[in-house]
Order: sequence, then structure tokens, then C-alpha cells
Amino acid sequence: MITTLFYILSAITLATAFLTIFSKNPIHSAIYLVLCFFSIAGHYLMFNAQFLAIVHIIVYSGAIMILMLFTIMLMNLNKEDEKNKSVLTRIAAVVSFCLVAFVLLATFIKAQPQMIAYKTSGQDYQSIKVLGQVLLNDYMVPFEFASVLLLVSMIGAVLLSKKEHINN
Amino acid sequence: MDNILQEIGIENYIYLSTLLFCVGIFGVLYRRNAIVMFMSIEIMLNAVNLLLVAFSTYHQDAAGQVFVFFSMAVAAAEVAVGLAILVAVYRNLNNIDIDNLKNLKG
Repeated sequence: MITTLFYILSAITLATAFLTIFSKNPIHSAIYLVLCFFSIAGHYLMFNAQFLAIVHIIVYSGAIMILMLFTIMLMNLNKEDEKNKSVLTRIAAVVSFCLVAFVLLATFIKAQPQMIAYKTSGQDYQSIKVLGQVLLNDYMVPFEFASVLLLVSMIGAVLLSKKEHINN
Repeated sequence: MDNILQEIGIENYIYLSTLLFCVGIFGVLYRRNAIVMFMSIEIMLNAVNLLLVAFSTYHQDAAGQVFVFFSMAVAAAEVAVGLAILVAVYRNLNNIDIDNLKNLKG
């Protein structure tokens, strides 16, 4: 049952990732990417990592993809007028994809890492309560710096997208 | 639901993340549209996050999940700045085809 669910979710993840790349229309790419993110949130739920699943849906599907969709609509890109790369470049892309996938998978299969069988220790380590304590005790300083990072990136985004032309 | 790694095994998650990462690399190489390249970078980030969560569960350690949380914050900041750069590029060139971005070529 769980194994079947894993294979279905993995198939959805990989298929929507490929469809994101092969869709001509950027709006369709964004929609497929939202589906991909939801299936990854499903993987997180299968790990029983509820906090990360919710945060993933909120941040990626809620914030990042909305930002991308608004940018696509702002630039009026919702039509299929993109010229393809040259055939040679595309063949090179496919070949390098196959080679990278082959090398990485062969490494992980051939190395046969000595995975100890998974044992539950029975203690709670990933509920929201425990994660909140870890985040605000051990990782307090990085947490605050993340807020500084977000503030700086917000200021940077506003400054960069202000209306000014290079050629005037 | 507590013992998912006993049912599936960590190897399958390693293979899934590897394939997802390779799909992201493929997207960056294959497309010319800068926004779709951004989406491919997001796919790569998600592949790494998935593997971090898998090993966090494997070691039963909350630190991996905290790291994924920070990685999501960095991804959000990166997308905001990157899309602002794309908007600026679009204002000046009227498209976001990355093959037109060669003004810095010597």
C-alpha cells in the first residue's frame, strides 16, 4: 500500500517535472510545476514531516509560483512564440542529461552503500513542537539571519525592478 | 505510517532525488526561456531538499529538517531577486531569451 503510493507519487513528480520543461507555454510550465511541488509535499507527508509539508505548500505553491505567474503575465509571455534552440544544442542537452543521470545512478547503485536497516527509536523528533524547540533554541541565530536575508532580498527586488532604462 | 523507510528503503529516495536533479539540469540546458530555467533551478533545489528530509528521517534527527527550512527561505529570496532582474532585462530588451544576453561578451 505505502509502496504503491510511493511509486505513484514518484511517477507524478518526475512526469510533471518533465512536462514543466517540455511545455511550450510558460503558464502551462508553471501549472505543471505546482503539481510537482504538491507531489513533493506528498512525499514529505509520507515521511510524517507535517511542518515541512505545510511550509513547502505555503512557500512554493503559495508564494514562489504566484510570483512567477505574475511575472509571466506582466511580461505577456502566455503565448507559444519561443524559438527553439538549435538542434545541435538540444541534442547536446539530451546527451548530457543521459550521461549525468547514468553516472550518478551508476555511482549510487554500484557503490552499494552499507545502509543499516531503519529502526525507530520511538522518540518524537519531527513534530511541530519538537521542531519549534530545535529551531528557536539551537538555530536561533540562523533563524534571525534568515529574516535579514528576506528583508535584503525584498529591498533588492524593489530597487532592481524600479523603472529606469539603460539607453537614455 | 511511521516506518516508511522500512517499507520503501532509503535507496529508492536516493534514486528519485538523483533523477529529479538531472531533470533540473536538463531543463537549464534545454530551454531558452529564462523563466523556465528558473523553474528548473527550483526543481533541482527541491530534489536536494527531498533527499535532506529522507536522511533526516533515516537518522531521526531534526537538524536536517531545520536545514530544509532555511534552504526554502534562501530559495524564496533567490526567486524574488531573480525575477526582479528578469523584469529589468525585459524592460530593456523586450524579451527574456537568454541567447540575447550577450552584451558582456568581450
